[in-house]
Formats: sequence, C-alpha cells, structure tokens
Amino acid sequence: MQGPILSLEHISMYFPGIKALEDVHFTVRPGEVHALIGENGAGKSTLVKIMTGVYRPTKGTITYLGKKVDFKSPQEAQAAGIAVIHQETSMFADLSVAENIFIGHAPLLGKGLPLPWRPLSWRAMHEQAQGVLEKLGMPLDTHALVKNLSTAERHLVEIAKALSREAKVLVMDEPTSALTFRETEELFSLVRRLKAQGVAIVFISHKFEEIFEIADYYTVLRDGSYIGEGPLAGTTEEELIKMMVGRSIEQLFPKKNSSPGEVRLEARNLSKSGVFKDISFQVRAGEILGFFGLVGSGRSEVMQALIGVDSYDSGLLLLDGQECRFTNPGEAMHKGVVYVPEDRQRQGAVLTMSIMENITLPQIDVLSRIGFLDRKREVQFAKEYAQLLEVKAAGLQYDVQTLSGGNQQKVVLAKWLATRPRVLILDEPTKGIDVATKAAVHGIISDLAAEGMAVIMVSSELPEIIGMSDRVVVMHEGVVAGVFERKDYKEELIMKAAMGTKVSHQKELVHHG
Amino acid sequence: MGNWIQRREVTLTIIIFLFIGLVSLRAPGFALPSNMYDVLNDTAVLMLAATAQFLVLLTGGIDLSIPSIMALTGMSLAMLNMKVPLLPIPVVVALAILVGLIQGGLNGLFVGVFRIPSIITTLGTMAMYRALVFLLSGGQWVSAHEMSESFKNIPHTPFLGISGILWYTAIVVCLVGIFLTYSRWGRFVYAVGGNRTAARLVGISGSKVDGLVFLLSGAISGLAGLLYVTRYAAAQTDSALGYELQAVAACVIGGVSVSGGSGTILGVVLGAFFLGLLYNALTVVNLSPFYQMALQGFAILVAIVANTVVNQKNQKTMLAKRKLI
Repeated sequence: MQGPILSLEHISMYFPGIKALEDVHFTVRPGEVHALIGENGAGKSTLVKIMTGVYRPTKGTITYLGKKVDFKSPQEAQAAGIAVIHQETSMFADLSVAENIFIGHAPLLGKGLPLPWRPLSWRAMHEQAQGVLEKLGMPLDTHALVKNLSTAERHLVEIAKALSREAKVLVMDEPTSALTFRETEELFSLVRRLKAQGVAIVFISHKFEEIFEIADYYTVLRDGSYIGEGPLAGTTEEELIKMMVGRSIEQLFPKKNSSPGEVRLEARNLSKSGVFKDISFQVRAGEILGFFGLVGSGRSEVMQALIGVDSYDSGLLLLDGQECRFTNPGEAMHKGVVYVPEDRQRQGAVLTMSIMENITLPQIDVLSRIGFLDRKREVQFAKEYAQLLEVKAAGLQYDVQTLSGGNQQKVVLAKWLATRPRVLILDEPTKGIDVATKAAVHGIISDLAAEGMAVIMVSSELPEIIGMSDRVVVMHEGVVAGVFERKDYKEELIMKAAMGTKVSHQKELVHHG
Repeated sequence: MGNWIQRREVTLTIIIFLFIGLVSLRAPGFALPSNMYDVLNDTAVLMLAATAQFLVLLTGGIDLSIPSIMALTGMSLAMLNMKVPLLPIPVVVALAILVGLIQGGLNGLFVGVFRIPSIITTLGTMAMYRALVFLLSGGQWVSAHEMSESFKNIPHTPFLGISGILWYTAIVVCLVGIFLTYSRWGRFVYAVGGNRTAARLVGISGSKVDGLVFLLSGAISGLAGLLYVTRYAAAQTDSALGYELQAVAACVIGGVSVSGGSGTILGVVLGAFFLGLLYNALTVVNLSPFYQMALQGFAILVAIVANTVVNQKNQKTMLAKRKLI
C-alpha cells in the first residue's frame, strides 16, 4: 500500500465553550475509500471542515502530499485538490451542466490579456465537461440545465465538478441519503472507478450496509475524540456500533422520575405515501416519549404532519381518547398540542420582534380585550415566562436577533410553554446550543413532564434520548423500527434499529451470496 | 426596540433639526413656524401615501398601485361632486375611503387569496386603476371652477386653527399607530413580516394579514386621493404619479425595513416630513427643483447605508457577546 496522501495528526478544535475535537487522527491513502464513522455530534463534520479548509484547527498538523499545509480557505484546499460533495448539493439550478462543473474556473479565451478581460470559451468548457463526464463513464448532455436533472445526476455533476479541478481527495458527506437503491449502485460503481484512478475518497454514511459494501478502511469518532481505525475486512458491524456508542454517559441528564398518567395523544397507523408508513404510538401525561432516528428517517415529518404543518393520507389521531385532526398548527395549539420546530431562526422566533413580543405572540388573544392588547398584563406575562426559562438578556424589549443561539431557543420554548400545552412536541430541542444551556433546557423539559405534561422529544442525539426519555420510538426510513422501554435501553440496540440493521443483513446475504 | 440612541426616530429628528438650522443660514425665514406649517400642509398627502405603503412594507410586500388608487378615487369623487355638488362632506370622505377600500380589497384578494406576489399584483392594478381614470373621465380634467366650494375647502377648513388636511392626516397616523402598537392584528402584521413560518406555527394566517394591509392601504390611499384632488383643486388623469416611490422613500428614510417586520409610524412620519423639508428648502434657497429627485435619491441611499451599518454593528456585538459564553 502507498503512503498517505492526506493525514491529520493531533487535531483539536475548540469553539467557545465546546471542545468539538480533541486529539484526533485521520489518514487517507490514494485509491482508498475511507469511511468516517460516528454519531451525530461526534465531530465528523468538524473534521471534514478542517480538511477542506473551512476551519483552521486549534491544534494539530495537516500533511498533504508529503508537505505540511495550512489551508486558509476552502478555495485554497480546493485548488490543492481536496474537494467535498455536500449532503445537500449546492448547485446553480438555472445554469447548464457544463457551467456548473466549471463555475469559478472556466476555460478562457484570449491568452495574454489581463484576467478580467478574458472572455469565456464556451466550446472548450463543453468539450472539457464532456471529457470529465466520459471519464466518469456517465454520459450527460452538458447543455442540460441542472434543474431538470435527477438527484443522482446532480451528484454526478458535483463529482465531475470536483474532478475538473483534478481533486486527489474527495469527501462524500452522506452522498446516498437522497438516492434510490439503483442510483446508489450507480454511484458506487463510479466510486470504484475513481478509486481505480487513484483518488482518495472519504466516505461518510450512517448506513452500515453501504460502508461494508464500498469502503476499505474506517476511522471512528465519538464525542469529538478519536476511538480507533482499521481495515473493514477484519471487523463486524457489532464492533463498529460498540465503538460508536460505547461512551460512559458523562453528561448528567436531570431526568426526574414521574408516574405516567392517562394517554394524552395517540397515533394509529399514520401514513403518508413516500414519507412514512403505519406510525403508531402513545404518549401519556407525565411521560417523555423519545423519537429517535437518523437524518431522513421521517421523524420530523411525522410530527409536522400530525400538528397540521403538513398532512397525512391515512390513519387516526386521538387526543384524550377523542378522534381529531389538525388542519393547521394554530388549531392544534388551541387544543393544547404544540410543536416547537427544529430550526428556531427560520421557524421558531420572529427575530425582528422583541423578546416580550415573541413570548406573548401565541397568547395575544388571551392578553387582549376587544382586539386591543393589555400592555401591563403582557409585560407581566412575558416576565414570568422569561424568568421561568432563565432567558439572559438586558431587557425584554430587546430584539430576539440580539440574543445568543441558546437564549433564542429559550425564548422560543418560553413562547410555547406560555400556551400551557398539554402535549409538547420538541424537535431537536438542544441542537446547536452550548452545553450549559443544553443542561438547563433538559432540566426544564424534565420538570414539565414531572408536572404532568406529555412530552414528545424528537432527537438525533442518542445520549439525549437515553438520558431523557421514558420510552423511545425508533424510526428508520419512514417506519417504526422498534420501541424500547427505559428499563430495556441499550445504546447498541437502539442504534441498530435506527440503522435498519435487520434489513441490512438480508442485503448483505444478497451481496455476499 | 432597544437602545433608544440607536433608534432611527432619534437620529432622524436630530438630522431634521440640523437641516433646518443649516438652511436657515441661507434663508432665515425657513425655520419660522409659519413656513414649517406650510411644509406640513404640503407633506400631508405624502405622509398618508407613506403610511399606506408602510403597512404593506411591514409584511414584506410593496404596493405600487397607491398613486393609481389616489387618482381613481380623486377623479371619481370630483366627478360625483360635479353631479351632486351639495353632498355633505362626511359622506364625501366616507365615499373616498370606501372607493379606496374596494381597490385595496382587489389587491388583497390577489395577494392574500391567490398568493400572487404583491409586486406583480400591484404592477397590474397600478395600470388597471390608472386606465380606469382615463375611461371614467374620457381623458378630461375636472378643474377648479367645476368643483363646489365646500368640496375644494375640505383640506383648508380649519378646526382649532389647524387645517383640515392636517387633521385628517393626524387622525389616520394616530389610528395606524394605535392599530400597530396596541391591537392584536397590528402585532400580527409585525409577526408575519418578521417570520411568516413562525407566525403560521402559532396560528397567524399570513393570507389574512396580507389581505388586511392591502385593504387598509387602499382605504388610506383613497382618502389621500381625495385630499390631493381637493388641495390642488383639479382632478387630472396623471394625479399623484410617482407617489408610490416617494412613499417608499419616506418609509426607508424613516427606518422601515423593505424586507418586512420592522419600522414605526413615527419614523415614517419623520421620513415624509424630512422629504417635505428637502423640497421646500430647494425653493427657499433658489436651487432648481431638478435637484429634488437627485437629493431624494441621495437621502434614500444614506438611509439604507445607515441601516446596513447599524445592522452589521449589531451583529458584530452579538458575535463578541457569544464568544464570552
């Protein structure tokens, strides 16, 4: 085997209040498909951002092609031959395939002229694009507009784009998450061809069947630390899962014991064609029901459908034993069921409004008489809930956009709690907030449940689910892959269910048989 | 909200005083109360148009049809006055508001119910309402001698020593201010403009809010149209041409965000008043009125740069705060 093309040693990355990576090693060789494995939040994305020049590590060295390098920008890394293909492809939909491939480094006419004056060479661009695509063995009309391509074809264009810059290292971040089975197979045959051409590929995926099919080597990260590496040939899925989750739960989750009461919300066989199927669950008063699944498993989609943001095709929803169906989130809110969305900046808070105005927004009806606000009561009301959630701000009259992410999340929570819901649905309640605030939010959720609220907590962080929930519904590709009671919690089992391991065994038999 | 020193209303007031002081050096009469009163009278119609535009801008939309609504309302009321000269003034005012309301309602229907972007909808109705002015009048003007005295006196008749036009403007401005600050629906307007998705999640209908602001914008434009026609004692086919952009200018100078969700009625009034001062100063210091547009454009650019600089500064302090965590 050849020497490494890219190696990262003793890499640490600190953000304010967070150690994202601590003494991590990662080495990839030419012609190797290297799987980077870890849970959400394990530090994979941070590591990728370091090798592609988005972040500069706090500590550690990067060696590329035998030389120490220090990429100051993604452009520098790209120019050096390290390219990344993103989960959500970032493309110019109204431009042609050739233009997308050569965006930023198009072939030019008029040699000798100063750069800004050199016109584009359309012919050379299409010819070279054709050349790259042929090399990939995937003929595609270079004049076609990207918006008319399938997801798989767009991936192909992304890859061609990387190769047109003569990428020597190609990072693929969950490339198959939006692909069908056949498209995935096509992508894999392409990966094999690239491998044969000596390109080093860093492959990030949550699907073990894919990792075992395509990758040669693995590195496991957990909680920002390096756990281990080795050839995939000598290992099993069990071992990898153990490495991924085998943490000692250092984070304390202030879970209070509660005695679940009556069933508050029940879903029976909710289905939406192509998104989720036969979803059934119950949540009782005083209970925290976890909803775990990997990105794209359909967790959020189920919640958004039942709350009325979206809709479902069939199935029943029962609130306190009574059949109901919400056509919009406002209706659900009035019935005491609220949904706190994942993306607080886009869906949760009105950033241009003050903290007070955000908190009281759903309560305006209660706080006004004949259509006019009772300002005194409004201030009191907002104060009460801001204090309850320990929102840190100079005053309630400040715009929410002036707050930190954690405090914004507290304001959003305060807003929803102020409606005194009986069923609280939280979608990734602690995503992207600092550790201290995280603990505070967990404490609040726990208190609420102890006081008799029925809580559904959607999360892709397993420790959070294990630490907080009484029961967990695990989803995989739109179906319930398992339900676990707190006493039966085993991280490995939950992770396996989320990864659809049962399915993968069958597929493995097919591949190896 | 927040730090009041940084608020646009405060800086704009300071700028207005500085401007008055500066112009007074060249033309001592400029700062006299009588001249300021004239400026206010001249600016009143613009203030109304700006208030109408402000409501729509708050939701993140724009209303290009404001001058056409003004012209069509003004023309139809003037023609009605020719036929029925003795119609009581309160009825005339109510009819103007109603005619404006209907036109605004049509805008609201397209934007709120059919979800056509406001810039497209009002581009269409702008032309349509203006065409109706021609069809209705046959291209003719209604001139001063065809209007009844009581009709022409609507903007002038004083009450407590203050002209009618200022009373109408003050009432509208106060009502809109109360609506935005103290009513549920006023709060909804800010919420929808600030974050439509978040508003939807708490059960606020963006469509209804869109419909409402266009209705209000239409009603206010209708009143503005009546005051425009009676003040100039002529209803023309090209009445109020260009007012939509002057209205946007007043709003932007007053600190209203064109992306929706922020701005105050006080800022809008000050913005319109500042533009009025600018026009008046040009005549007072004997500069060609051709400078008017250039200066107005310059003022808008300065206001937008000020908005951006303040925002960037805020973001930087936010980042600095976060690093401390």
